[in-house]
Amino acid sequence: MTTAPEPAIHCHSVSRRFGSTVALSEFELVVAPGSILSLLGPSGCGKTTALRVIAGFEDPDSGSVTIGERTVVGPGVSLPPERRRVGMVFQDYALFPHMSVAENVAYGLSSGELGRVYEVLELVGLAGMGDRMPYELSGGEQQRVALARALAPRPTVVLLDEPFSNLDAPQRERMRREVRRILLEAGATAVFVTHDQAEALAVADMVAVMREGRVVQVGAPHIIYARPSDPWVAGFLGDRVLVPGTAGIGQVVTPLGAFPYRGRANGDVQVMIRPEWIHPIPDDDGAATVVDREFYGHDQMVLLELPDGQHVQARIGPRPLLDPGDRVSLGIDEVVVYHGSDLAAPPVVPPAD
Amino acid sequence: MNDRPGGAAPQVQSPEIGGVLEAPPGSGKRYERTGRAAPPWLWAAGLLVLVPIGVPVASMLARVLGASDGAWDVLFNARTAELVLRSALLTLLVTTAATVIGIAAAWIIVRTDLGAPRLWGVLMLLPLVIPSYVFALSFLAATGPRGLVADLTGIAVPFLDGLPGAWLALTLSTFPYVFLVTAAALQRLDPALEEAARGLGASTWRVFRTVTLPLLRPAVGAGALLAALYTLSDFGAVSLMRFDAFTRVIYAQYAGRLDRTPAAVLSIALIVIALGILWAEQRTRGRASHYSHRPIRRPTRHRLEGRRRAVAVLFLGTIAALGVIVPVTVLVAWVVRGIDAGEQIAVPWNAVAGSVVGSVLAAVLAMAAALPVVVLAVRYRSRRTEALERSVYVMFSLPHITVALAVLIFAVRYLGPLYQSLALLVVIYATMFLAQATGAAKASLLQVDPHLEEAARSLGKGPFRVLRDVTIPLIWRGLLAGGALVFLTTMKELPATLLLRPTGFETLAVRIWAAADELFYARAATAALVLLAVSAVPAYVLIVRPKDATS
Repeated sequence: MTTAPEPAIHCHSVSRRFGSTVALSEFELVVAPGSILSLLGPSGCGKTTALRVIAGFEDPDSGSVTIGERTVVGPGVSLPPERRRVGMVFQDYALFPHMSVAENVAYGLSSGELGRVYEVLELVGLAGMGDRMPYELSGGEQQRVALARALAPRPTVVLLDEPFSNLDAPQRERMRREVRRILLEAGATAVFVTHDQAEALAVADMVAVMREGRVVQVGAPHIIYARPSDPWVAGFLGDRVLVPGTAGIGQVVTPLGAFPYRGRANGDVQVMIRPEWIHPIPDDDGAATVVDREFYGHDQMVLLELPDGQHVQARIGPRPLLDPGDRVSLGIDEVVVYHGSDLAAPPVVPPAD
Repeated sequence: MNDRPGGAAPQVQSPEIGGVLEAPPGSGKRYERTGRAAPPWLWAAGLLVLVPIGVPVASMLARVLGASDGAWDVLFNARTAELVLRSALLTLLVTTAATVIGIAAAWIIVRTDLGAPRLWGVLMLLPLVIPSYVFALSFLAATGPRGLVADLTGIAVPFLDGLPGAWLALTLSTFPYVFLVTAAALQRLDPALEEAARGLGASTWRVFRTVTLPLLRPAVGAGALLAALYTLSDFGAVSLMRFDAFTRVIYAQYAGRLDRTPAAVLSIALIVIALGILWAEQRTRGRASHYSHRPIRRPTRHRLEGRRRAVAVLFLGTIAALGVIVPVTVLVAWVVRGIDAGEQIAVPWNAVAGSVVGSVLAAVLAMAAALPVVVLAVRYRSRRTEALERSVYVMFSLPHITVALAVLIFAVRYLGPLYQSLALLVVIYATMFLAQATGAAKASLLQVDPHLEEAARSLGKGPFRVLRDVTIPLIWRGLLAGGALVFLTTMKELPATLLLRPTGFETLAVRIWAAADELFYARAATAALVLLAVSAVPAYVLIVRPKDATS
């Protein structure tokens, strides 16, 4: 094992209240250099406040933030935003309306660095647009300018606040890929805030899920999706099927069958399954019945009724087409087991059959 | 505001002046601490603006409270009681008339199909340029045994002076404030509310009384408040009209005696009354200040037909005639008369220079002083910054003669060389009228996305650089409009100039007042016309241009 690199951002026990509202509560976050991290959470969970504390627009009530090797805010220290080397991309882009594109991008540079302006405009795909005024640009172009302006002074980290929420759907998809390409090409460390789980999973290397002012889980997108630390995170990240189960020695018994289990829990547990982990197989002797289906084209969602009357959803490919009333047997890839209040208990997963 | 498609949206508001009128910071809001704390230097700059008036007034208060019992006699005698009643009566009459005229004119222009809303709107606002003592001068010069009316008709009408004269002059000086805010509020009002009431079967009048008027209450209240404070504070009109209001008696006490304590005692009493009015208005405003801000649809305009149309035209026409046309005509006629009579009529250049220099310096200083106040009030909103904003408005509400007297007493005692200096006079102008600059600049800054400043900060620029590169360029228009407003008000200012001007320093206001007081109407009229000509530039920027510049 090599020693872990110095984190680009380290928030330690940061708390911030607004009156009686708690925005951040002992917030912890570590961002590795060169990575793209998404702060994901429902609105009001404190994610924008976290960004603003890192950038220096808000002072925390307590806790500290380190960027690179410097403590930018902590006991007795509070560097103003202009001394933090943090690039910021706002939801509304905040381009200076009285300056051209090139002037916007050059604003954070010293006068001798004109070449850098064209370099970053090139990077974001806006070479030759330097003379335009912000109001002459489309939303996507404005966003590229905002990103170019933030990247131009080579900040230690770039922070993006809901960067895609002002774009329409087709543009959003394109800009997601673009922004990821630009950030990777610039080698930037980036944190972006979003409430859209699809966006977070698609763009980020690491996702930090926030709830009520704290980070409840951090991990690579595919890991937090498959191993959410509690049923709430599971539901926030995607569709989920929750069924009651009974844990015993070596197995957990559910209405969907019994699964091997090596956890410590004993007795009543909750079992979470992603709909795409459930594979209904047409079978006249099957235990489950098809109740309904929603056909989406690239896939379909099938609503199934279990023998005990419970309904669960399965996401399957466009074929086979199952009709209401069809009987099916169910193959299940894996399950995640949650036990009582011990929501962070490591889920244990059986091998697919 | 842009013209909405489909016809002439009435353009009668002047957003910058409106910003001032709606500036009295409302009470009852709860603010939470947000963002970083305001830097100490910003607070220092913000608090500094309170010093030039705050310290002398506090000092005067201390002096009055510490005075011997005999000094208070001036307050507790029958004559002072009469004075209070007279001032209260005048204030009540003027405020009532100004409010009725202002609301009626706004409703007719904004909500009926009378036509030419722009022209009517400008005509209703132009009286703002004319000082109250010029109204007084023109009415005095038109009436009386040697007046223009007597000349033209041969009928010797009595002088229009005393209470009726002061009432008319001050009503014409103050109704535009009510008109301006009411018209702006009417345009912002969601027409659906009135339509809903109509749909429930209410008559036009009932809708106006039970829906429109209550929704306009905050705006009308702000305008009426300004009218009342203006009247209470006015010195020029009441002194020319020989109506013994508070300010005239304070001046007489100051001018006639070496001991300034009686004048100081009366000043404190007047300040208490002014603050009482301010407080009462804030208290009664309550929580009604949440009118709809959705100018989505143009309201339907009421059809005016036949006699109603004639009445509306007659009403607005009379106001415009009295507020603009009559005064200017009378002034011109007196200048012509003076020339015919062989009087020496010349442009008083030294007074022009004094007025322009004083007003320009005051405007520039007020713009500079407005910046820290506005940045604190908008970007670091808290109870404390709201208190600062409120203090600036209180300084604006204090009767000018009381402020001037307090500053004078203080300067004689402690300021040595600054006493009777242009510097001190300009500082007092700028501080008294600061609320006009902050109101206009605040309206502009509220339009600027705070993320712009934050973006600039995170791009490595310090707060001063950001102020220079981003904030000031983006609020420049509002700041300039605030400066124009301060210029206009300083041009008209009389009592503080009388008390604080350096020896030999003259302004048009002083020239007009002194000449009119000694019945040299031709000379006074000349100076008044020059004053109106100089004021035309900022008036154009504030009143006529807003539509051209924003559409």
